[in-house]
Amino acid sequence: MSVDTETVKRVARLARIKVSEDDATRMTGELNAILGFVEQLDEVNIDGVEPMTSVVEQTMKKRVDGITDGNKAGDITLNAPASEDNFFMVPKVVE
Amino acid sequence: MTDLTKLTIADAREGLKNKDYSSLELTDAFLSNIEAANAQLNAYVAVTPDKARDMAKASDEKLAKGEGGALEGIPLGIKDLFATKGVHTQACSHILDSFKPAYESTVTTNLWSDGAVMLGKLNMDEFAMGSSNETSYYGDVINPWRKTGSNQDLVPGGSSGGSATAVAARLCMGATATDTGGSIRQPAAFTGTVGIKPTYGRCSRWGIVAFASSLDQAGPIAHTVRDSAILLKSMASVDPKDTTSVDIEVPDYEAVIGKSVKGLKIGIPAEYRLDGMPAEIEDLWQKGIAWLKDAGAEITEISMPHTKYALPAYYIVAPAEASSNLARYDGVRYGLRVPGKDIVEMYENTRAEGFGDEVKRRVLIGTYVLSAGYYDAYYLKAQKVRTLIKRDFDLAWQNGVDAILTPATPSAAFGVADQELHADPVKMYLNDIFTVTVNMAGLPGISVPAGLDKDGLPLGLQLIGKPFDEATLFQVGQVIEDAAGSFEPQKWWG
Repeated sequence: MSVDTETVKRVARLARIKVSEDDATRMTGELNAILGFVEQLDEVNIDGVEPMTSVVEQTMKKRVDGITDGNKAGDITLNAPASEDNFFMVPKVVE
Repeated sequence: MTDLTKLTIADAREGLKNKDYSSLELTDAFLSNIEAANAQLNAYVAVTPDKARDMAKASDEKLAKGEGGALEGIPLGIKDLFATKGVHTQACSHILDSFKPAYESTVTTNLWSDGAVMLGKLNMDEFAMGSSNETSYYGDVINPWRKTGSNQDLVPGGSSGGSATAVAARLCMGATATDTGGSIRQPAAFTGTVGIKPTYGRCSRWGIVAFASSLDQAGPIAHTVRDSAILLKSMASVDPKDTTSVDIEVPDYEAVIGKSVKGLKIGIPAEYRLDGMPAEIEDLWQKGIAWLKDAGAEITEISMPHTKYALPAYYIVAPAEASSNLARYDGVRYGLRVPGKDIVEMYENTRAEGFGDEVKRRVLIGTYVLSAGYYDAYYLKAQKVRTLIKRDFDLAWQNGVDAILTPATPSAAFGVADQELHADPVKMYLNDIFTVTVNMAGLPGISVPAGLDKDGLPLGLQLIGKPFDEATLFQVGQVIEDAAGSFEPQKWWG
């Protein structure tokens, strides 16, 4: 399978990365080189093989459904590019 | 007076205990090496001299009372991927500009509670994506090694290139690093240092900036097998904050060092012999086999038929997980924000400016292979191939193999800005061909320096172990180190 420039632009939109026309053209070639490389996997017989979900066989650890952390809104918004009264500030999203 | 920066961790541990020198003297010696060298080698992206001296003084007080942990007073460098409270933590990406976490990673917490001293944060490929440390927002790291008679700058490997260079050039006694496809072992091999990626689940991933969560593991880079054993012992722990960390006792790794390897069965996988592999790599491998045979190990040929599929499967699984993990960089919660006319354009502008080319490439591949209609053809298939790769290893262990010996990399360090490698992303990816299988199967792997090539550059051998059997890797690794000796670059910097 290979991608065309329109597909690259669509995927970039899904990934929320702005790409120029030039970027998209260059990336089309690069992505096709990678997709061409991974095509080797078509040679492998995977009939009846389970997909790997974890390299270590262990039952998922669970913890008590309790509050163990919190009351640190200041810490959480500390690194925000824009914040006010411990809220994240974003451009207007609702008219 | 002896050069304190030439000591191993094991030596310095004794020296500090005997009060031959203080941790402050040791720390100052490294800080002055960093000051002299960093402009040329670019190993550190942030140096924390005040913090280092405070930690060293606190260690000296403990040592004076005959107290202290396993790493009391030992100065270390920390890869920029580890969250360090109030200190530069940006995964060497523009998108994490000025990020300073309000928390500390579990691995570094373990190191500080054992008494280690932090010198600063180390350069790396952006978000640990790269094999040459040329994708960092903070510029290329330069390998302290040069070809004999040449002054061309070489790469230290990646993504833990800053860690490897800092250790090799004596800018720290040991360093933390991380490995998703070979990012500890390949730079260790390129710089004549020892690097171990432990079993998936051995070290907590909490507080380490995530790249590909099912593959990422932390580990140390150090000068000797013993030093790497000392560091891993402190770094490893089971952690309630990382449910994939495993509750298996961390053994005293040092106890096995020097133990005979007589009777151990070492597997040699035929599939790691590549077409067009340089003769020097094959010779190094044969030398390693001979050393282990001389030490009494039993050598056995094994077959791992799915080896060649590990790298293509990795380039589906790792980008898929990365595209999901990196979705959090949105210009809202931390780091860079580039304004736009609405919120979506703000996201798009921020991520276009904040991510470098290699990161964008992987996020796009990951987004594509996970997108509607392609999931089965790519991601699901890759995870099935991964099961087969792990099965190859399981069969070897079932046949009584104790460890597997392979080359660590297909070549020695290459030049900075190599045109051929930059023209074709897949060529750069091939650097990890021998190391990536280990991540795909979640196994431990160590790279030990084993010799120099015809140009005088270091080469490494890799040992792969059973799950949670890092101890055997240290045991066998020591035999290689004893036979090969140690390697020090000729100083041209500072």
